[in-house]
Amino acid sequence: MALMGKLGWDRTLRWLTGVAAFAILGILGLLIGQITYHGWDRLTWEFLSGTPRAGMTEGGIFPAIYGTALLVVLMSIFVVPFGVLVAIYFSEYADRAGWLYRISRQAVNNLAGVPAIVFGLFGLGFFVQFMGQAVDRAVFGGALTYGQPALLWAALTMSVLTLPVVIVSVEEALQAVPQTYREASYSLGGTKSQTIFRVVLPHALPGVLTGGILAVSRGAGEVAPILFVGAAYYLPDLPTQLNHQFMELGYHIFILSTQSPDVEATKPLLYTTVLVLLGLTFLLNAVAIVIRGRMRAALRGT
Amino acid sequence: MRQLREALIERGIQLTAWGAITIVFLIFVFVAREAAPLFWEQASLEEVGGMQKLFLAQKYGTPEAPLPYVWQPVSIVPKYSLMPLLLGTLKVTLVAMVCAVPMAIFAAVYTSEYAPRGIRELIKPGVELLAGFPSVVLGFFALIVLATWLQDLFGLEFRLNAINAGIALGLAVLPIIYTVSEDALSAVPQRFREASLALGASPSQTAWGVVLPAALPGIFAGIILGFGRAIGETMIVLMASGNAAITSLALAEPVRTMPATVAAELAEVVFGSPHWRVLFFIGSLLFLFTLAINTAGTLLTRYLQRRLGMA
Repeated sequence: MALMGKLGWDRTLRWLTGVAAFAILGILGLLIGQITYHGWDRLTWEFLSGTPRAGMTEGGIFPAIYGTALLVVLMSIFVVPFGVLVAIYFSEYADRAGWLYRISRQAVNNLAGVPAIVFGLFGLGFFVQFMGQAVDRAVFGGALTYGQPALLWAALTMSVLTLPVVIVSVEEALQAVPQTYREASYSLGGTKSQTIFRVVLPHALPGVLTGGILAVSRGAGEVAPILFVGAAYYLPDLPTQLNHQFMELGYHIFILSTQSPDVEATKPLLYTTVLVLLGLTFLLNAVAIVIRGRMRAALRGT
Repeated sequence: MRQLREALIERGIQLTAWGAITIVFLIFVFVAREAAPLFWEQASLEEVGGMQKLFLAQKYGTPEAPLPYVWQPVSIVPKYSLMPLLLGTLKVTLVAMVCAVPMAIFAAVYTSEYAPRGIRELIKPGVELLAGFPSVVLGFFALIVLATWLQDLFGLEFRLNAINAGIALGLAVLPIIYTVSEDALSAVPQRFREASLALGASPSQTAWGVVLPAALPGIFAGIILGFGRAIGETMIVLMASGNAAITSLALAEPVRTMPATVAAELAEVVFGSPHWRVLFFIGSLLFLFTLAINTAGTLLTRYLQRRLGMA
């Protein structure tokens, strides 16, 4: 009897937890299914390559795709090298008991938890107003050039937000490089920096790539940080200068779903735009997961 | 020569660690810098009225229908009580946590203790995929789809409300709580399980009586980090909550949270005006909240590692 009770409980708990786990997959399927079902029909080349028309109730989303791409490319240029260097410090140079390591580690942890909207305020207060106005005074004789919301400031703001993503990913890869590689390099007379930059880092390259991709995926999806630092509602021309404003996919979704004069007319278009953004982030994440999986498997093999 | 070069490189790399510290410092300084004059600048003192008016009850409204806490920055007499926004943030966060916490922990226990390998390889990437959902997409879903479903299902008066936003927010924090909890459960040494099973305990008794208690600080850290994320999340609530700054405890009414207020109002505010300063003050509060929450999460994780003999 007691045994039956025990087994009964066992089955109930197993079942309950299983339901929770599969419910998550169900919700995921529901979200993806709903968006794909309503958005698929309009997903044409004309939509991807066209510009918004008729008060954004017709036409395509090319300017938003272009702006997003520019934003994440610029962001990567800033965040990847810096993130890699911090990761090298954490993994290779830091004295783990030292205060500099502990404080900088905690700083990176905290950076990852700062709300996206606070990055937006920071971007506006620091990059646009402080840096931008300083640049205008120093280079442009006070003419308003960079002291306003701009692509450059949005990319810098986004690179601060994605910094922890890059650091975590690169650090994991550096840690996974076997100690024997380092020892072999030292025994051949390599210095510490030579060992790191010519032996360890090349082997951690998939991790650098993963970090960059995850940062891009995160950056492409965040809207709150760029609300005040450069994203525009609608622009007739594509941005060509670093101080231009730009259209962005996530911001476009926000605008279409909250500020549209005719919600029913915008809806089909909106679903397809969401599908494009979601497809883009999933593709990036999937690539990152595959690279990371291969890297882990390869390093386990050695 | 060579040693000098090595030392220079090491210094250079150390500088980047200083850079990371500086960034966090600068974020707070530049957000707080815009907020601080709120408490000494004449225009701000007159219009906003300092801490007292931001947080304490005021005598607005009529004696029969008093309105002690009002957020109404654009009005003949601007009112800047933060209480409706604080309450709104807590309401939405509460709904999100009630939805996400049990589900995330149950799913984590299933993945780490019961699931066959094949199913585990399905659930973990699934949650990772959910974590990759841009918040604007979840906000869109809550605004266009979920709100209609909930309204039809429960016959709600308002389409956009705290429940709607809270559920969508729950989807955003679920992956965080799940991942941290699952890591904590998986980190419990296998010998704990073996010892329990050898003493005749069933798999469920082992999971709930041995593994879960051992991993508890980690699970707690997951909940705390999820809470921090929920408080600061902007786009989902901005799109799905209705954004009315009402001081009420009802969950089926529209609410306005602190991050959503900043996002919705900052673009239309005059630079350096009292209203502008209050919005940056809200930003500083959010920064400090999440800083405290993350520090607590880190400490708990470290405690767990020490407890399990990993560090």
